[in-house]
Amino acid sequence: MSHVIEMLHIRKEFPGIVANDDISLQVEQGEIHAILGENGAGKSTLMSILFGLYHADEGIIKVKGKEVKISSPNDATELGIGMVHQHFQLVHNFTVTENIILGKEGGFFLDRRNASKKIKALSEKYGLSIDPDMVIEDISVGMQQRVEILKMLYRDADILIFDEPTAVLTPQEIDELMQIMRNLVAEGKSIILITHKLDEIKAVADRCTIIRRGKMIGVVDVATTSQAQMAAMMVGRPVSFKVEKKTAQPGRVILDVHHLNVMNSKKVLGVKDFSLTVRAGEIVGIAGVDGNGQSELVEAITGLRPIESGAVSVAGTDVTHASIRARNEAGIGHIPEDRQKRGLVLNETVAANMVIKDYYHAPFSRHGLLKEDVIETYAKDVVKQFDVRSGEGIFSLAGKLSGGNQQKAIVGREMVADPQLLIAVQPTRGLDVGAIEYIHKQLVLHRDKGHAVLLVSFELDEIFNLSDRIAVMNNGELVDVVKTSETDEHEVGLLMAGVKGKEGAK
Amino acid sequence: MSKKPKQKKEFKSNDFLIALSAVVLGLIAGAVLMAAIGSNPFEGFLYLFRGGLMNIERIGNTLATATTLMLVGLSVAFAFKTGLFNIGASGQMLVGGLCATLVAHHVFLPRPLYLVVLILSALLGGALWGVIPGFLKAKFNVHEVVATIMMNWIAYWSVYYFVPAYLKGPSLETESASIAVTQSLRTEWLTKMFHGSYVNLGIFVAIVAVIIVKFILDKTTLGFELKAVGSNRFCAEYAGIKVNRNVVVSMMIAGGLAGLAGLTFYTGYARNMQIGVMPSQGFDGIAVALLGASNPVGVLFSSLFFGMLQSGKGFMNAMTSVPPEIADTIIATIIYFTATSVLFKKFWDGVARKMTIRREKEVAAQEAQDAKDAQTVAGRLAEPSSGPDVSLHPSRESIGPVSGGTDGKEVK
Amino acid sequence: MWHIITMVFPYAIAYTIPMLVTALGGLYSERSGVTNLGLEGLMLVGYFASAITIKFTESVSYAAALPLGLLAAVIAGALFSLLHAFASINLKADQVISGTAINMLASALTVYLARTIAGSGNVRIMMGIVRKNIPVLSKIPVLGPLFFSQSYWSTWVCLLIWALSWILLYKTSFGLRLRACGEHPSAVASAGISVHAMRYFGVIMSGALAGLGGGVILITYSGEFNGSVAGLGFLSIAALIFGQWKPLGILGATFFFGIATTIANVSQVIPQLGVVPPVLFKVFPYVVTLLALVAFSKKSAAPKASGEPF
Repeated sequence: MSHVIEMLHIRKEFPGIVANDDISLQVEQGEIHAILGENGAGKSTLMSILFGLYHADEGIIKVKGKEVKISSPNDATELGIGMVHQHFQLVHNFTVTENIILGKEGGFFLDRRNASKKIKALSEKYGLSIDPDMVIEDISVGMQQRVEILKMLYRDADILIFDEPTAVLTPQEIDELMQIMRNLVAEGKSIILITHKLDEIKAVADRCTIIRRGKMIGVVDVATTSQAQMAAMMVGRPVSFKVEKKTAQPGRVILDVHHLNVMNSKKVLGVKDFSLTVRAGEIVGIAGVDGNGQSELVEAITGLRPIESGAVSVAGTDVTHASIRARNEAGIGHIPEDRQKRGLVLNETVAANMVIKDYYHAPFSRHGLLKEDVIETYAKDVVKQFDVRSGEGIFSLAGKLSGGNQQKAIVGREMVADPQLLIAVQPTRGLDVGAIEYIHKQLVLHRDKGHAVLLVSFELDEIFNLSDRIAVMNNGELVDVVKTSETDEHEVGLLMAGVKGKEGAK
Repeated sequence: MSKKPKQKKEFKSNDFLIALSAVVLGLIAGAVLMAAIGSNPFEGFLYLFRGGLMNIERIGNTLATATTLMLVGLSVAFAFKTGLFNIGASGQMLVGGLCATLVAHHVFLPRPLYLVVLILSALLGGALWGVIPGFLKAKFNVHEVVATIMMNWIAYWSVYYFVPAYLKGPSLETESASIAVTQSLRTEWLTKMFHGSYVNLGIFVAIVAVIIVKFILDKTTLGFELKAVGSNRFCAEYAGIKVNRNVVVSMMIAGGLAGLAGLTFYTGYARNMQIGVMPSQGFDGIAVALLGASNPVGVLFSSLFFGMLQSGKGFMNAMTSVPPEIADTIIATIIYFTATSVLFKKFWDGVARKMTIRREKEVAAQEAQDAKDAQTVAGRLAEPSSGPDVSLHPSRESIGPVSGGTDGKEVK
Repeated sequence: MWHIITMVFPYAIAYTIPMLVTALGGLYSERSGVTNLGLEGLMLVGYFASAITIKFTESVSYAAALPLGLLAAVIAGALFSLLHAFASINLKADQVISGTAINMLASALTVYLARTIAGSGNVRIMMGIVRKNIPVLSKIPVLGPLFFSQSYWSTWVCLLIWALSWILLYKTSFGLRLRACGEHPSAVASAGISVHAMRYFGVIMSGALAGLGGGVILITYSGEFNGSVAGLGFLSIAALIFGQWKPLGILGATFFFGIATTIANVSQVIPQLGVVPPVLFKVFPYVVTLLALVAFSKKSAAPKASGEPF
């Protein structure tokens, strides 16, 4: 078996950090080779070097045995290397065809019809059903990913890099993707799969290179290595997958969502006739693939989006038409999905961010004048409790904090406010295992104080770890609500795809 | 905030350096232009600066010119801080000035009361002219740049027809009747102190405005909200701040400040209104705000600098063959360079994401220690004392009854 | 009545064309991803450059002077726009501020240079284009008198440019790539195309075309450089928004403005319109712009990545 790709002794440094420190990667022809590592481990950097987006400081690259220099995506494409990015590089208002031929149009004047024909043929050859004349913003995420794959195949790529491809897919779509990968390999392609998901590696990869903090830890044969072993290599210490928690003792109803209908930005119903309750002392997790209405649901509850019909109440108080501030005052806390867009004002200090929701009343202000010393003391306390690290303490600008510290700041702010309903959306996105564990424990503690927690996450492990009950959303509807102890990931996966199982108790 | 002075100074010295380099580059550009037409740049600048500062009368004129610029600068700076680009200051000046002129012709009261009415009229006129584009932006997301420019031209033409119709002067068709000195902002002791220059009470109005704006921005909840909306309207919305209301309030205040500028110009510096002229201060104010880094104190100093330039250009033109437009060219060049060095700040914002990733990796070097800490914390948390100490945070009950009723439908 | 309309139409067209060609320039820039508020200043630059050029060549050869003037306008506008391009693309400056700086710089610099070169802030040319009736076409009933009589040759040059632009943007690979830069620049980059180069093209085209617009103003209805284009550059931006960033749309929008401006200008002469206070005619285009901006704000098809540095 010859090596189709070799990256030998690669080193890449950015100011202040060594992203890749003497990493060597060897991919065999016709294999599916996984690269496993935590967020920030350096796997994306390595693949960006292979694809010509970055240049390595040291090290060489060999393609099919020959040493090469890859200085731009064009070089990579010519060598037969293609990359399916984590965030799709698709122009939303162009058609599938236009997106695929962009950069390889084949002439000064466009020939859309011819290109569409070629693309249709290509898609049939590899089993990727697609309509070339559809506009990107009208097709599903799974189909968009297939367009990305077709882009590579249109350019005769032999080596395909997949960067975290399953983040946006349902379990069933993931299975389809795995099958597509096997098809591609059967046609002679080689695949590099970047991921941090162990079960997917187990499902489809032949070998796996593990990277931790920029360094290569080892290469394992996937069939003979357990998930636990791989996880331990990835993190550097034994990893417990479970959070210690007592059984829930749910009390009165805190959140009552009643036949909620919410429009989304495409002017259709994003949340359809949704009803759910969350009680004090329990964590309810909403499971579902991103884009099935979870964002709209949370926005409707928190007041960021208007409600078409239905009602929302918190501890008996109707907040359906209440302002966002009124809802905050009613006891809703919200750890938002996008920490930099919604969660923080990056240009302001940590201190200001800590009181962003409460600055307008005592003790933080009086008669319209801010009480800076009170704000300072409070901010310092929250920062201390939640171990938020920054260059200048509470006077650092929020934008200068690392992602993990930004998230801790937000979580701290929301939790110290002690809301009776805490809504946490993707609370550990992009964080390292230590921070994840910490935040998970905090969420459970909040529950144990007798509060209600509504958790929205796209990671099933997190849902299963934390939730007492799981509500599954698909296409804006509540598919079912099940007790965590009475179900498993396979069943929930089916529910996420809209397959309604037994009617569980609400 | 006790430690803030240190951080503030750091920030300011950065701003100051940017401003300084932009000014230097602008002056260099001016020098090049002067040389290009065969004039001696040193001579040109000498007369330029002397024209603004040579004697007490000229200093007075510089102050009078700076007055209007200061207020327009405040207007634009205030809007900038709250995330809006107010190019409508010219129109707001015209409307504020028109209101003041009308009052000056028709209202006769004891001086102190009269001044209050005069100032209020300009304030309200300008505020009205600012509120309209503010409302359009808030409700319909109409880009404030295009909207305010339309408003400028509407004001321009309205004044063009209104003045000859209702405020006609005895001589020229193109000016309003002059107002009596006693109805203007000129006052005897000031005029005497500065040997008959145009300086007037407006300078005090402007300085008071600087103080008030600084107070609002730094110390009040209103300022806190406005800055949050200006920095990140999405987070502000999430936090419960009424973004639309703040946009309107901000444009109202900005318009009011520009209206005051009109007051100082048309009933202070001058004593009538000329039609068919779009006040250039509206655009110079942008330069003042940018150079002052949208900071009230910065605006104060940059308006004095620009006041000197505008004041001295006539003298320079008289003593050399350099056209007076050189001053405007220098000002425009300075804006250009501040725009490109605002990149510095934009860099921070736009790159904050990338910086975040880098910092994560930096902190990753500490993660070994952190992992140990996390386990210690986890151990700590398993103990009886549960969770975060929420004692410092005011309980919900202390805020008052929750308004579960309608607070107006919250529309994005 | 018909006579009034046929008399007024050529003027309407004359007012439309500079805006059309400037808005087209704005289209190139925005579609490539760069917001260009400096169109006003770029028109001014073209206005000035053509005036100076024609003034110095008209005595030598009238036939050559006018086209030469337009050429100078195009080149001047293109060069001046490099300032905006460099600031926005390489330095990633705030594009709104940079565009405003361009306006202010052009405003000051053109008068400065006019004074030094021609001795005065106003530069007059001897004669602009002589209007002609186009043979054959001007005899067509209805359309003939409206569109093909008393016509300027510059109008047809500009319309040709407009048509060619439409083909370039929607029928060629180059156009596809340019438009992609304004929607999703990283997709373009990962296809191996230089986004910066595309954007430079977009901005330079906006400078060239806005400059051309300024030149056309001079040789059609103005006849004299006077230091200001009275907000036409901004009206062109408004037209771009109404036209939803499409060539056909801006044709309609600018024509609407052209008619509005014409009505405002001839209102005094036409007795039927005399009852309306003149101020209303003057402010009409601006008020309508505001109203239309409100109407069009909801369904905005603005290029998604326009204004964001890449």
